[in-house]
Amino acid sequence: MIATGQTLKAVEEVKGRSLWVDARRRLLRNRAAMASLVILTLVAALAVLAPLLSPFAYDEINYDIIACAPNWWPAEASCRAAGHIFGTDAVGRDLFVRVLFGARVSLAVGLVATLVSLLIGVLYGATAGYLGGRIDNLMMRIVDVLYSLPFVFFVIILMVVFDRNFILLFVAIGAVEWLTMARIVRGQTLSIKQKEFIEAARAAGVGSLGIITRHVIPNVVGPVMVYVTLTVPGVILTESFLSFLGLGIQEPLTSWGVLISDGADQMETAPWMLLFPALFMAVTLFSFNFIGDGLRDALDPKDR
Amino acid sequence: MMRYALRRFLGAIPTLFVIVTLAFFMMRAAPGGPFDSQRRLPPEVERNVKAAYNLDKPLTQQYLIYLGKLAHGDLGPSYKNKDFTVAQLIGTGLPVSARLGLTAMSLALLLGSLLGISAALKQNRWQDYSVMSVAMLGITIPTFVTAPLLTLVFGIYGVTLFGHDLSLPVGGWNGGAWRNMILPVTVLALPQTAIVARMMRGSMVEVLRANYIRTARAKGLPVRRIVLGHALRAAALPLVSYLGPALAAILTGSLIVEQIFGLPGIGRYFVQGALNRDYTLVLGVVICYAALIILLNFLADMMVALLDPRVRLT
Repeated sequence: MIATGQTLKAVEEVKGRSLWVDARRRLLRNRAAMASLVILTLVAALAVLAPLLSPFAYDEINYDIIACAPNWWPAEASCRAAGHIFGTDAVGRDLFVRVLFGARVSLAVGLVATLVSLLIGVLYGATAGYLGGRIDNLMMRIVDVLYSLPFVFFVIILMVVFDRNFILLFVAIGAVEWLTMARIVRGQTLSIKQKEFIEAARAAGVGSLGIITRHVIPNVVGPVMVYVTLTVPGVILTESFLSFLGLGIQEPLTSWGVLISDGADQMETAPWMLLFPALFMAVTLFSFNFIGDGLRDALDPKDR
Repeated sequence: MMRYALRRFLGAIPTLFVIVTLAFFMMRAAPGGPFDSQRRLPPEVERNVKAAYNLDKPLTQQYLIYLGKLAHGDLGPSYKNKDFTVAQLIGTGLPVSARLGLTAMSLALLLGSLLGISAALKQNRWQDYSVMSVAMLGITIPTFVTAPLLTLVFGIYGVTLFGHDLSLPVGGWNGGAWRNMILPVTVLALPQTAIVARMMRGSMVEVLRANYIRTARAKGLPVRRIVLGHALRAAALPLVSYLGPALAAILTGSLIVEQIFGLPGIGRYFVQGALNRDYTLVLGVVICYAALIILLNFLADMMVALLDPRVRLT
């Protein structure tokens, strides 16, 4: 039995490595990407566990300790708050738990809006690329026209129109971000549909929809994954941008953009109110970018 | 070439039309109007005001009236800034925004290209790695973080270097004094510089591997001549196509920067207008921005066609 097992193993080793195994090895060897993955997991865990990690509620107002420095703050501060490791904000709420709740909103917006853009972009791009010809031309012309619109301005108008609806924020940002995705997917589809296995599927009588969903889309996963990791930080930025202008998340809920905006107002007297949310956001965005770059290097070896 | 230019130019008209239409109807879908305020107007006054601005007519008719006026270059009166037309407001704001944006864009292109080229020439050495990590920093940290941080360091704490006071004014336009422009321009240019540097490095690395560069090296040309005379033209192509998106990004950034530094540009009009439903002002600014972006995209396409003989003009 043991001997048979060993021969089997030997046979498997000769079989060679698939693209995915290869890519995973390359990704695991990329230190920046792995470190980013750890940091990101940590931030996500903090965000999820936020209510358990702090004795304070995120909307617990305490007018006795307004804009107090954390008690380990080095510079001279008029008041120091015990137990508030990031200090307190302008109405005495604990900043630590608010930064974590901000992380919840920012990460949720990032993921949901990216999923929306993924769904629209992949379906649209795959359809255009697969059908080709006049339909492809028309569909890509529409994308071109939409591309030249100043989109953030439309999101701003949209947020005004629908009165800062939380769900709509996700959809609006996602609806803006799908254009590049559609272009990438279309390009990939165009090259994939020339391949023999598509022809084989068609010969076997699979319909257009079946070919797109079963054979085309699985084969564009690589570049799409790379772009998704790079879209998430973009979306988080857009949300924070809107929140900074006062058009995003509303009190008492918060996001990093809101916190940074509040912090920027108070930074002369209470710099910690700006520093902590900014730090969290920058580290998260960094991590996403490094992972995206790492994935690209792993999946596209020709760049090395 | 002329035919291609004309076709591209005419192609911009439907785009602009789509923008105007979308913006018009979206703005009107908003609950509340420009004349809802705490102090309610008497009904007959309100009716007169609405009639004066054609707000009492059906929406489609308002749209047609707006389009008709727009065709004559009339952007209408501002609803909130009484006694000003939208054209006047844009006329005062645009020079400020344009100066800010153009300075930032030129700075980003110049500095970014230089950094990108030097990183490409030292590929995979410490110079390359340090430029690219700084670029990553520039891309990740958003304008609304850099702006307050720089304000804090240079404006409020004040920086003294070798006995020179390096503190800078943190707000206001002051007639466009260069000292007032330093911080806003830096904040605007930073992310774009980083993006340009990354793009330039990428395309330069690729171009430097090309056969004609090897030939130039074999001829014994100095590196400077090879880079500036031979490689740059090909390597700059992706950058030229990036001009349009870069402008869009800088305009978006200027919304924040004008807000933070209190500059009287059109970005502030847009945000204020959107918040208090000044329909005509918002429409005017969106049209103005869109026209600028479309124009630059058009110019960029023309430049790519001129620079790259492989682009077929159809």
